Amino acid sequence: MWEYCGMARTEEGLTKALDLLKDLRESFWKEVRVPGSVSEFNPELDKAGRVADFIELGELMVIDALNRNESCGGHFRVEYQDNGEAKRDDDNYRYAAAWEFKGVDAEPALHKEELVYENIKLQVRSYK
Amino acid sequence: MIWFNDGGETFSNWGQFYRNQPNNSCDGTCSGGRLYYSHCRWLMLWKQNRDARPVKYAYSNPPAKSKWYSRSMGLLGTLLLIFLVIHSAHFWIPNRMQQGLTDWHNEIDLYGRMLEVFKNPLVVSIYVFGCISLFWHLLHGFKSAFQSLGVNHTKYNQTIEYAGIAFSVVIPLLFALMPISIYFGLVN
Amino acid sequence: MKFNLKVWRQKNANTPGKLVDYSIDNINGDMSFLEMVDVLNDNLVRQGEDPIAFDHDCREGICGMCSMYINGRAHGPQHAATTCQLYMRSFKDGDTVYVEPWRAKAFPVIKDLVTDRSAFDRIIAKGGFVSVNTGQAQDANNLPVNKAYAEKAMDAAACIGCGACVAACPNSAAMLFVSAKISQLALLPQGEPERNNRAIAMVNQMDEDGFGNCTNIGACEAECPKEIKLTNIARLNREYIAASVINE
Repeated sequence: MWEYCGMARTEEGLTKALDLLKDLRESFWKEVRVPGSVSEFNPELDKAGRVADFIELGELMVIDALNRNESCGGHFRVEYQDNGEAKRDDDNYRYAAAWEFKGVDAEPALHKEELVYENIKLQVRSYK
Repeated sequence: MIWFNDGGETFSNWGQFYRNQPNNSCDGTCSGGRLYYSHCRWLMLWKQNRDARPVKYAYSNPPAKSKWYSRSMGLLGTLLLIFLVIHSAHFWIPNRMQQGLTDWHNEIDLYGRMLEVFKNPLVVSIYVFGCISLFWHLLHGFKSAFQSLGVNHTKYNQTIEYAGIAFSVVIPLLFALMPISIYFGLVN
Repeated sequence: MKFNLKVWRQKNANTPGKLVDYSIDNINGDMSFLEMVDVLNDNLVRQGEDPIAFDHDCREGICGMCSMYINGRAHGPQHAATTCQLYMRSFKDGDTVYVEPWRAKAFPVIKDLVTDRSAFDRIIAKGGFVSVNTGQAQDANNLPVNKAYAEKAMDAAACIGCGACVAACPNSAAMLFVSAKISQLALLPQGEPERNNRAIAMVNQMDEDGFGNCTNIGACEAECPKEIKLTNIARLNREYIAASVINE
């Protein structure tokens, strides 16, 4: 995640990350070993469950990063920039995205929350 | 009063005087009864507190700030209860047997009995030991009573502390001196 | 550093537990006690054994989850620190260290070093909150608060509800915890309207859960990682006595 879905992301890197995540998920479910038993209080099972969740969450993050063809805030796509400044695409991506996990091999569903600004005019932030 | 060495005259007179106060005729009985009652209540509380921890620690190292005598109030109290029973058996019960239910003035010679009882070194050591327990018991109990009633105030804590120490030194010391003086023949 | 550990292992509340010996080597003195147990657990998992269950969360001394009775002391030998803030340099190389869970009827063991501390939640649910509507944030001068009281309330509010007071108390009493929660509200105007009902309800719940009684020993104050004072217990006694007299 750090390498391919970090501060700066590229389409190539994100696609690779999707493949890597698939492998990771497979090896996790094949090789995971949880000590203790199900019938007792088991913090190790809790930890394993969290790792499984993180794999799903990571995949959704990568999919979202791949889907959003612009640079905005903490999401900096190397392909979309003006000399190192983030290049936003407000016409196509003016929404907050929530992805719904639909299963391992199913496409996740995108839920959009449109961002409506009543009192301010949208403009590019300048740090110069 | 016993140290006047007048054959117990002052002792008996003051005793009679104390008991003859209009509202005081049964005061000794009441306060004795109160002591028994409160000890039994505390023992019940002690039992409750023990039950609150069914599995004990395998290794315990209490912090220095919590004093051993504060932690051992149950033990000290039980020792005092036993002491109280012995004390009652020596003086209070024989006296009441003599007086019966109504005849409050017909007392046995308590002073004489005291001289008699305190000749036995075993009894004297029980009394001295009882008073030592009483000292530690009061050292915690006096201060603790104020805290339990919600009196904890920076302005008065020092006073309570010193009064508690004085109280727990003076009372057991005077009580212990009686059998010691008699045993060593300072009073006769 | 090298340590010999005697750790309480207990499968569940109904099975009796026992101390089990472990030895551990290559421990850095700057590791916290919990990190040392992490390393031990890692070793155990590698050996195919069941790792030690223990409570932990923030690991910065503010959440109140960690709860180990170490060498006969709640949260170990260091003063005013939780187990996560206890560092291995506080021990000598080669020391034998006893690790036990909190012991109280009201805190049954769930597994190993993990106890069920929901009794504290039940006490809080009985009145450790302000339910009267205090409205919008208003000008500070509208609600004058004595500075000394504000300080005392703040000190009482430092309680993280870890249960070290119960663990350290020879009577397993929860008075320090309850008194801190009652004090932080009783000292401030927002807590005033409900103070009587609060004192009665919280004390009753405390008794119902099987905690012991306070006999003013002071072990709780000495062991509290947040240095909650015994004066709070005196205040709780005052609040309770007053409420018992006044309440209908």
